[in-house]
Amino acid sequence: MKLNKYFERSLWVFHLNTGSCNGCDIEIVAGLTPRYDLERFGIKLVGSPKHADVLLVTGPVTSKMLDRVKRVYEQTPDPKAVIVVGACGTSGGVFYNSYNISGSVDKVIPVDVYVPGCPPRPEAIINGVLQAWIKLEKLRESMKVARVK
Amino acid sequence: MNKESYSIPIGPVHPSLKEPMTFNFEIYGERIEKVNLAPGDNHRGIEFMGRQRNPIQIIYLAERICGICSASHPFAFCRAVENAAGIEVPERAQYIRVIIAELERIHSHILWAGVAAHELGFDSVLYLSWRAREKVLDLLEDLTGNRINYGIFMIGGVRRDISEEQIPRIRETLEYYKDIYGKIEDIFLNDPTIALRTKNVGVLTKEDALRLCAVGPTTRASGINKDIRQDQPYSAYADLEVKAITPDVLTGEVNGDVYDRIIVRLLELVQSIQIIEQCLDNMPSGEIVVEKKLVKLLNQLKKAKGEGIGRHEAPRGEVIHYVKLNESELPEVWKARAPTYNNLMTWVPMLIGQQIADIPIVIASIDPCIACMDRVTILNKANGQKDTLTKKDLHELSVQKTRRIAP
Repeated sequence: MKLNKYFERSLWVFHLNTGSCNGCDIEIVAGLTPRYDLERFGIKLVGSPKHADVLLVTGPVTSKMLDRVKRVYEQTPDPKAVIVVGACGTSGGVFYNSYNISGSVDKVIPVDVYVPGCPPRPEAIINGVLQAWIKLEKLRESMKVARVK
Repeated sequence: MNKESYSIPIGPVHPSLKEPMTFNFEIYGERIEKVNLAPGDNHRGIEFMGRQRNPIQIIYLAERICGICSASHPFAFCRAVENAAGIEVPERAQYIRVIIAELERIHSHILWAGVAAHELGFDSVLYLSWRAREKVLDLLEDLTGNRINYGIFMIGGVRRDISEEQIPRIRETLEYYKDIYGKIEDIFLNDPTIALRTKNVGVLTKEDALRLCAVGPTTRASGINKDIRQDQPYSAYADLEVKAITPDVLTGEVNGDVYDRIIVRLLELVQSIQIIEQCLDNMPSGEIVVEKKLVKLLNQLKKAKGEGIGRHEAPRGEVIHYVKLNESELPEVWKARAPTYNNLMTWVPMLIGQQIADIPIVIASIDPCIACMDRVTILNKANGQKDTLTKKDLHELSVQKTRRIAP
């Protein structure tokens, strides 16, 4: 069943921790479990970036993870969206002046949706995922139109 | 390395690990022969950043060492600074601190129970236990204003009081957990599948636990009677009856396997409920913080000189913070040691001889918190292409050094 024009397909999400403090990560899992229940929309975490539509990135990018983040991004098939969850991924946050952090996630890979908060509430994360979904559906539409032309 | 054995790298990005951490297993058939750990993916240089901030700012940095232990690190850090500067905490604040710390233990242990069930492939238990966990998060939000990263600790006390209206809400939440505890216990201790997957799996003997200085539920499950709340009572724990929990309380025997670690954590859940109830019954009235004006407090800390140690029994084990204040705005040294740092090496004796399929549950069984642990990078001298030194190399280096410095 189609809820509206944006809910065409189920969204599969790959969660990537790039040096986060766990705060955002447990809120993401809380978003999937019965109280908030993202899975009722067909959204679920998958085990490999190759199966994912969306990358959910938490944490500032530590120097050891820098290369891994790029590789995971490249492995995700197009069209894809990247969501950054948490203050440290969006701007460095509380870890802004560390020697081992390459800065916010958008310095490493292109980011589509930012979810601020330290950590953001599960509602905010769900809203972020829905924003990414809308963006992805628009992207798919435009790709379809381009193909027809 | 055996000719027939092969190696499997796991991590740092892996679906069964929520945090980045690299493992390298050498495997013969199905049996693990060798375990190599390569931490450092989560290193954020927190102690370095702490040396550029004043103690009050560090509380919020300490909170973000780990999102699950976000009461334990500030607790230990505040105690270290209070110890260094000679600040006495009002009694009511000590009780509030203990209540928050124990609520955190409830949330952390239920979280762990869900993760452990997930690692066994028992996903419905993950969902049910995380639903049960939401209740304590609601209470923490009510008491502190935030679900995670409570921001309630302050040097010399706490930032929010527990009001009269909140006490019935705390009691109601505790009653809820007492009600569902029977169910949780039944699922984890009487279910034949969980018993099959966890009994005699990932055994840590008492000798190994002592040798590797394991802490927290990991060491208590191996039969070592060690708990900071019992051995060196601090804060309100000094007024309360806290006994270290070992699995023989329930089963009469200690095996040191994953099953015993489940028992210890479940019994600690009950213990935490009892501690909070005792706290509510005995909570004195009075001030909640020594110095309300932060500028004044900062000035006091600026003048302080000395070293302080703060210890706290976090859900995962003992956390120690060391602070050296030297009459300046910034602390001269800040050192944090999280429980997973000790427990990390217990993976090696636990995993050797196990099967590949047991890796997730054994790794999860110590309740690892890589975010807590990854604050130390040890840089080995990279000579050419070799970036890891073997024991033989180290021995040779040591012999060379002895020869060099010997007269």
